[in-house]
Amino acid sequence: MKVYSFSEQSYPDAWFDDAESLRVSLPNQHCDPEIASRLYNRYLDEWMLADELGLNIIVNEHHATATCMSASVHLTLAILARQTKRARLLGLGTPIANRNDPLRVAEEMSIIDVISRGRLEMGFIKGVPYEIVPANAKPVHVMDRFWEAHDLILKAMTTHDGPFSWEGEHFQYRSVNIWPRPYQQPHPPVWSSSSSPGSSRALGGRGYVIATVMTGYRAKAVFDEYRNGWKNAGRSQRAPLDRFAYMGFVAVGKSEAEGLRRAELVKSYLQTNTLVAEPYKNPPGFMAASDAAKLYQRVGWRGPSHQMTTKDGKPLGSAAQGSVADTIAGGLMFAGTPDQVYDQVVDFYQAVGGFGHFLMMSQAGQMGHEDTVDSMTLFAREVMPRLQDFHSAAQLAA
Amino acid sequence: MLDRIDTANSLTEIAGVRIELIKRGTGRPLLLLHPAIGIKSTDRVIEELARSFTLIAPSHPGFGRSELPRAMTTVDDLAYFYLDLMEALDLREVVLAGLSFGGWIAAEIAIKSTERLSHLVLADAVGIKLGGREQRDIVDIFTTRQSEVDRLAYHDPTIGAVDHATISDEDAHILFRNREATALFAWSPYMYDPKLAGRLHRIRVPTLVLWGASDHIVSPDYGRAYSALIGGAQFELIEDAGHYPHIERPDLFTRKIVEFVSRS
Repeated sequence: MKVYSFSEQSYPDAWFDDAESLRVSLPNQHCDPEIASRLYNRYLDEWMLADELGLNIIVNEHHATATCMSASVHLTLAILARQTKRARLLGLGTPIANRNDPLRVAEEMSIIDVISRGRLEMGFIKGVPYEIVPANAKPVHVMDRFWEAHDLILKAMTTHDGPFSWEGEHFQYRSVNIWPRPYQQPHPPVWSSSSSPGSSRALGGRGYVIATVMTGYRAKAVFDEYRNGWKNAGRSQRAPLDRFAYMGFVAVGKSEAEGLRRAELVKSYLQTNTLVAEPYKNPPGFMAASDAAKLYQRVGWRGPSHQMTTKDGKPLGSAAQGSVADTIAGGLMFAGTPDQVYDQVVDFYQAVGGFGHFLMMSQAGQMGHEDTVDSMTLFAREVMPRLQDFHSAAQLAA
Repeated sequence: MLDRIDTANSLTEIAGVRIELIKRGTGRPLLLLHPAIGIKSTDRVIEELARSFTLIAPSHPGFGRSELPRAMTTVDDLAYFYLDLMEALDLREVVLAGLSFGGWIAAEIAIKSTERLSHLVLADAVGIKLGGREQRDIVDIFTTRQSEVDRLAYHDPTIGAVDHATISDEDAHILFRNREATALFAWSPYMYDPKLAGRLHRIRVPTLVLWGASDHIVSPDYGRAYSALIGGAQFELIEDAGHYPHIERPDLFTRKIVEFVSRS
């Protein structure tokens, strides 16, 4: 099993109790560049420690938000490509339907892959609904644009006798011929994220790595649909576990009390992550009109909320309001002593059918540097080796 | 995506597209192009207009229950569709009346051809860019809270309010189909075609520009400037109405059109 260390690179100093929206519309007068600089450098230091500890790295991006200062997966990965030595570098991901220029995505990813000597894992994502507005991306036909961008990026990476021309519905280029070409052949591994059956099937059909982010026990249905898509594409072998990735919070302490205290700190992510002003929550066409209508009938313009359930399917309420115990019961959080965390991950792993990649949100919300370093180190030294042994045995048994 | 809507109602096939079409009344044809919020057969303006005209009120492709061909993505496509519709139904001497977003379509039709038109009516129409690059002429419904949009759109804000808890399944589905189709056609540039203002001089039929005096979505000044770009166009305010005078003052809205058509 590969374990990845994740932080959204948030700016918690601007998380006001009374903020209507931390995303899209929070004016950047609340961003002090001095604090931002300190935070960026701190988060990069933590990823360099992750590299030394034998962890891999996952980086994301969001826009116009105090919840995530990484406005470009590629920029952060470019720094880490040079600064780290061993870690796989996963970008999850680049919102390619929101980018005006997929050719530039192909170029930048190839540079990262070459500088890192083939350590890039390439995530293409649809993105979150509330970033349609800051990206100014038309929400209607967004997945058509996504797949056209995907096709163009992969063709650009794998064509070595170019230039070629591209005259698609969404993108037109007269001469595509990227330099450098990627280090990994034919191209870096492709990942995407999913929390719905339809998109899981599509990813299974293509055989890409599917990551599901804090979906709790719904991850099982997401993975099962992936397997259906995988099988329907005519493959005789079962989908191997290295096609599956799960992201949850991790907070480890030397004592249970210390682990749970850290869990409270990372959990602040859940309270702030969904603070988005009403108009941005559900842009037209981002989901099917019939689904948007049903959601509206249920909750008005408030938009979707993240509901948790136990392993047995009992409702636990919304993730934003849940206690640490609820988030542990819901499979979003793995917290406590190294033994407890190991048991929780294994239990979850078995319940959802297993996964070859564990994306751990080892820093989130208001968790400071000391706590992050200690929790991450405890996980890497005391949990990860056992988890890897367990996973190897599970793979053999499969 | 624009998933289809299940409906027992019959759709009419026009130029290869199955659309919802209200047809009522007798006399000179009036083709009514609805705003982004759509049109219903129960809207009072239908009954009012049908007293004086053969009223033809389609739902645009993608709106209401009308289907949307995948290739249709621009207001230009809609304008050509309605030119086809007038040919297919062999409409002549048409009074073309467009409301808000429908007014934009009507203007795009009229700059292409007025062959089948006798009169043009634009009510609280969008479609042109007037202000500077840092000034928005038209309230952005996609970044504004719905309750605020309702407040700005109506002289009497209680008229537009929709209760999510009691809306029917079909009305809710249509509400979101209409929003999605609006985004498809008018996302960016938002609610205008940069070329349209420079082409309005091509409209050579008598034109009436009507505007709700309390329109806070697009101001009456925008309407006056729109009107001034069309040779000989008349501009008239409708009191006690906001962005949708056909909803708030259907009687006065109809009377102004009837008078305009009879005198010009």
